[in-house]
This record gives sequence, structure tokens and C-alpha cells, in this order.
Amino acid sequence: MNPQLLWDLKKFYPEIILTATILCVIIADVGFLRIRRNLTFVITGLGLILAFLSCIPLCSAPPGTMFYGVIAIDQMAVFFKCFLILTSFLVLLATPGSKELSQGPLGEFYALLLSVTLAMLLLVSSVDMLMLYLSLEMVSVGSYIMVGCLKNDRQSNEASLKYLLFGAVATGSMLYGITLLYGLTGTTKLAAIRDALASNTATGNNSTMLLVATALILAGFGFKTATVPFHFWCPDVYTGAPTPVTAFLSVAPKAAGFAILIRFFFTGFSNSSGAPGFWTPFSSIDWRALVLVISIITMLLGNIAALRQDNMKRMLAYSSIAHAGYILMGVVVLTAQGLQATLVYLITYLFMNLGAFLVVIEVFNRTGSFDLKDYRGLYRRSPFLTISMTAFMLSLMGIPPFAGFFGKFYVFAAAVNANLVWFAVVGALNSVVAVYYYARVIKTMIIETNEDTSIIQIPWTSHVMVWIMLLPTVGLMLFWGRIQQLTIGSIKLFLG
Amino acid sequence: MIGLSHYLVISAALFSLGIMGVLTRKNAVNVLMGIELILNSANINLVAFSKYSAGNISGQIFAIFVIVIAAAEAAVGLSIILSMYRIVKTVNLDRADTLKG
Repeated sequence: MNPQLLWDLKKFYPEIILTATILCVIIADVGFLRIRRNLTFVITGLGLILAFLSCIPLCSAPPGTMFYGVIAIDQMAVFFKCFLILTSFLVLLATPGSKELSQGPLGEFYALLLSVTLAMLLLVSSVDMLMLYLSLEMVSVGSYIMVGCLKNDRQSNEASLKYLLFGAVATGSMLYGITLLYGLTGTTKLAAIRDALASNTATGNNSTMLLVATALILAGFGFKTATVPFHFWCPDVYTGAPTPVTAFLSVAPKAAGFAILIRFFFTGFSNSSGAPGFWTPFSSIDWRALVLVISIITMLLGNIAALRQDNMKRMLAYSSIAHAGYILMGVVVLTAQGLQATLVYLITYLFMNLGAFLVVIEVFNRTGSFDLKDYRGLYRRSPFLTISMTAFMLSLMGIPPFAGFFGKFYVFAAAVNANLVWFAVVGALNSVVAVYYYARVIKTMIIETNEDTSIIQIPWTSHVMVWIMLLPTVGLMLFWGRIQQLTIGSIKLFLG
Repeated sequence: MIGLSHYLVISAALFSLGIMGVLTRKNAVNVLMGIELILNSANINLVAFSKYSAGNISGQIFAIFVIVIAAAEAAVGLSIILSMYRIVKTVNLDRADTLKG
């Protein structure tokens, strides 16, 4: 066997562990019928913890590619791998506590969760268009099934069908864009694409074709990150899917989508030869303007559409679209500071968004409803849930001292430092609009009254889960030095 | 003499037909067929570029992977449509309308 391949396998441990765990979960699910509920849960949890631990030594590995240059290991990839495994682990912990899912067969769900995680780990480190497309499809196909895993529920099925049809068209268009790019540059490797675009020999007068290819490829990324104009699936799918799946989809594939968007455009479509920490787009294709417009429209549309939602899951869906716009803002300023801001935003977003969905799960377990009107008088029924939800909402608004403020602060600061002051102002105005619908939830819970005043009891496991989300949301600023260090160290991209 | 442009025209036509099929058809199975057209138009592109302009075989290898992905997607798609059919008793997409707002 090729010694280089053996050496590469050492850096591939997280993926190998996850693959083994998927097999173990499937075997445990069919082989140990009596104890399979707990057994599959424990195996999945152990697999994710082991995969997380095996990611940590990779932090200090020198950036490089493996498997003949289709997969890159760099600090950015390792950061996203840890982030995605952590997200899957938190969603896993929340799953048994959800009434929607816990009635069905959970083993299959865990296996799907693990395979989507595996696919995302591959996605965030792919530097070859083939690997990029394959892993993107693997994430998508897995998530279609996850959304539809309540087989007898009409809404879940419908959401899954819509997700499938929309996703297949978006990724199909992306594939067509990739083929055009391959035709223009004659290669599928991102670094080689950059060299071909920089030398301008490949493109010549074909800048129209390059623009078409870029726009089509953006369709795939836009679909994964739920940005305008590829966001139409998002509210329907988030509403129809089981809530733990919604929580998962709103964080993990979105983060993976941003990771590959950054890698694609920063490696393949930008020039980093100028000052360190700054990138410039090629003159043949002004993709930056394109993404900038998308970012602004995404923020605006997400926030305005969220204003008139009466369903909590739908409201959080539009809010997650708006957040995608803010995150895109960090990407589009094209500086190292912007990249750092993106990572900071994703960390804060993970905890506040998952936390909000956790409270939604708990309220649904008791009331069987996602309607905002069933949150009336929640303060008297469960002060703990109300106070945690208030913290998550304030954090999503971006009010100091909650974690969300720091994410927004970093993103806006990055825009200002890149001489895009107006862009930061647009973002800030948007967050003002967002205050309305988040505050509306708080008002409904605390001020309005409900005929039903029975106390909502939640099990201790859910208490612990909510605390796990609440502590970082409230106390992240105490560890600001660490976060700063972590994100600064994680912005190293392998540019080949 | 048949050259690169002929293939590109065919693939562009297939792609447009696929998109049109997805946008206009009401039957979920027909929409899936439109998606297959989109994927296959990309395959024609890949093989044509690989033969005529790129000068390497990565395009042809890519096409093989795309065929596999298309099969996987069709399998998942049909099973989701089937499970939808069990509940609603139709594959008409206009009936998938409980999620709105």
C-alpha cells in the first residue's frame, strides 16, 4: 500500500470513527431488540465524543491535503469539524426528550444523524469539486430522510418532499455550474482553478460564462445556507420537520454550507497575494458584489417575513434566514477579521438557536402546539423555561451582555474596518427590526395571560439540557479571551 | 464535423428542459424526471469538456460519480413520494399544501 495513503489515514480518524459508529448503531438496532433504545443512544454519543477527541490533535497538524489532493486539513477545517460534531452531540442529547421523535424507531434516526455529520466533516474539508459535490449531496440526501422520519405524519412527509425537490434542483444547478467551471479551467481542484482564473488564459473573453457558472454554483451554497433566493424551502421544512431535526438543520448544515462557501470563494476565486489577511476577487468575476447583494436581501427578507409569524418554528426559520445574512456579511468583507467574525457568530448562534429550539420542544411536549398563542402566560406555568427563552431571545436580538451581541459586534466591526460602513449600518438597522418579533415572544410569555395555568413540569434531563445552552449564551463573555484565541487560530485556510 | 459546441448546445437544451419540467409539472414523479434531465445534462458537459478541451479524464470520472448520485437521489425521492402517497393518496404537488404562511 502507498505509504502516503497510510500517513493520510492518521488525519482521517474522525471520519473513520464516525463510519464505524454508523455500522455499530445499525447492528445494535437490529440485533439487540430489548435494549436497543438506550444502546443506540449510548453508541452514538460515544462515537461522537471519540470523533471530537480525535479532531483535537489535528489542530496542530501542518495544513496540507490528503488522498491525492481532494481533502484538505487545516485549522479552519478542524474548527468546523469540532463545531459540527458538537452540534450533532447536543442534538443527540435533546432527541430522547422530544415527544415527536421518541415514539418512532430512534436507531435509524441516530444512524442518519451520524451519516449527515460524516458528510459534513467531508464537506468542510473538500478542496476538489468532485468531493465538494459528493459530500454536499450526501448531506442533502441524509437530511431529506431526517426531515421525513415521522412516516405517518402528513406535515413531515410534505416538508421532506418539498426539501427533496427544491434541494435536488439547487444541487443539480450547482452541478451544471461546476461542469461549466471545469470546462473553463480544465480542472476540478480549487487551487488549480484559482491559478487558471488568475492567469486569465482559461477565461479569455468568457466572463459571461464564468458569471453563469458562479451564479449556478451559488445556488447550491445558497440552498445549504438558506440564503435568498434559495430560502423558499426553509420555513416549510423547518415547520414540518420534527423539532430536533429543525434545530439540527438550522445550525449544522448551515455552518457546513458557510464553511464550504468560504473555502470555495477564498481558495478558488480570490487573490491572496496582497497584504496578509486580505483577499481580492479576480477582475474577471466580481462575485463579491453578488454575495454582498445576497447578504443584504437575505437579512431584510428574513427579518421582515419573521414579523408576522404566529408559529414559533416558522418564526425561528425566518430568523435563521436573517442570521444567515449576518454571517454572510462576515464572509463578504474578504478579510481575516471577517472570517474570524464569521466563526465567532457561528459559535454564539449554535448555543442561542439550539437553546430556543429546546424550549420549543419542551413546550410542545406539554401543550402539543407550536403556536405563539400557546406561549401566553408561560411565566406562571414555568418560570424556568420563560427565563431561559427570554435569555435566548435577547441573545438572538444581539443585546449585551448575551452571547449574540458579540457575534453581531464582530461582524459589524469587520465590515467597518473593511471600509463598508454603510453595510454595517444596514446590518444594524436590520437588527433593530428583528427586536420586534423576538420581543413579541417575551411579551407573550410574560405579560399576556392564559386560561390554562397548570404548571409545566419538565424532567431533570431537559433541565440539564437547557442549562447547557443557557450557560454559554449568558456567560460566553467571561471566556472572551479564549474565544478570541480559538477563532484567531482557526482562520488559517489551506490555499494550496 | 461534430465538435464541442454541439454537445454544449444539447446539454444546455437538456438543462433548460429539466428546469422547465420541474417548474411546470404538477406530478411529483414528473418533477423527479426533470431533475434527472438536469443531472444528465451536466454529465454530457463533463464528458464533452473532458474529451475536447480539458485534456484530462477527471470529467469522465466525475460523470460516473454523478450517475451514482442520481441513482441515490432518485431512490430517496421515490421513497419519499411513496410515503406521501400512502397518506394523501395522490402524487399531485398541489395537494402538498398544509404548510403555508
